[in-house]
Amino acid sequence: MNTPAIKELLYKMADDLLIIGHRHSEWTGLGPILEEDISFSSMAQDKIGQSQALFQLLHQLGEPDADTNAFTRNANQFCNAQFVELPNEEYDFSTVRHFLYDHADQLRFEMLAHSSFEPLAKLARKVKGELKYHVFHANTWMVKLSQGTEESKARMQTALNNAWNYALGMFEESKFEKELIAAKIFEGEAALKTKWIHAITPFIEKAGLKLPPEKEWNPVNGGRKNFHTEYLEPLVKEMGEVFRVEPASQW
Amino acid sequence: MLTEKEVWEKLEVVKDPEIPTLSMVDMGIITKVEIMDDQSVAIEMTPTFVGCPAIKMMEQMVYDCLKEAGIEKVSVSTNLDIPWNSNKITERGLLCLKKHGLAPPPKHEGEITQELLEHVACPFCGSKNTETKSPFGPTLCRSLHYCHHCLQAFEQFKPVV
Repeated sequence: MNTPAIKELLYKMADDLLIIGHRHSEWTGLGPILEEDISFSSMAQDKIGQSQALFQLLHQLGEPDADTNAFTRNANQFCNAQFVELPNEEYDFSTVRHFLYDHADQLRFEMLAHSSFEPLAKLARKVKGELKYHVFHANTWMVKLSQGTEESKARMQTALNNAWNYALGMFEESKFEKELIAAKIFEGEAALKTKWIHAITPFIEKAGLKLPPEKEWNPVNGGRKNFHTEYLEPLVKEMGEVFRVEPASQW
Repeated sequence: MLTEKEVWEKLEVVKDPEIPTLSMVDMGIITKVEIMDDQSVAIEMTPTFVGCPAIKMMEQMVYDCLKEAGIEKVSVSTNLDIPWNSNKITERGLLCLKKHGLAPPPKHEGEITQELLEHVACPFCGSKNTETKSPFGPTLCRSLHYCHHCLQAFEQFKPVV
């Protein structure tokens, strides 16, 4: 078993889920309508629960426990894609990011349901069913908001353009890519990205939006190698604030 | 001599903390009862959703129930060895959900489509002239719907694969 490769894979997934979960939770109490407030809050709960399960797998591989790992690292120790740490901005960007992220996440877990690393495969078989609801929600609102008014459509297109290169950064390859593929632990980022483009295209078209032209695709990488935007540090500080006040307290 | 059947029966009084008409046994989240010896039993559970915040509380409820029933040594653990899906809810469980005012999840064939979530039968009047308002409700396992026939908002216990 290639433990360093598995750990790296688990860390990037756990960090993506934790950080986007935290961003989703920022809509709690602020959602544009009650149902949407509840939706983002529920998705936040799912994401953070799923990240906790991944951190528990890491703990079984000798890493610190989930809370310590989530709440005591500094921003430059996280390996989430920069895409998930960007601020929520308005509902257009939040919805577009949720759409692009969740399609990738669901496909990743579907691939991992066949992973040769059985503890991850077991978790993935469960999580992929839960993520269906995130994807349904994203598809519905992606189309609905794009077909609202001229203004809403223009805003969704702008949000998609702004999100796109960051979204491509989700597929930044690992230095263990070949080993992971050879050991049948994970089919690899390139395969995932191909499936993802295929999955999102019909909904982009249904929404009447356009993907940026391929010659402008320029992935914002670095997140997987601990390089982050200025937005991650304040998020991490806020997220761990209570835990760090009294790490030994029981909840 | 303590039997597995006795333990399952004892567990029937442990209800879902969110749905007081539904037992955890009928919910399908107790996955294994193992009699270690006459005074010792090991229970395994599985969550409905990985992020379900109630699972620790439910473990405790199962533990308390069996201790109160006089079993000396009880261990309760949670794992994903036999993952939960909504088809695991028993027939009695589905009726309990309805009694609580929740539309029970339709049986699925291992695949959930967005269509399956539309036109859920209203638990109050039975009409299928209903609309899905949101796939997310007050807990992770419920969705929000509206019945155009009896003009009632209602919730469904979501189908999950």
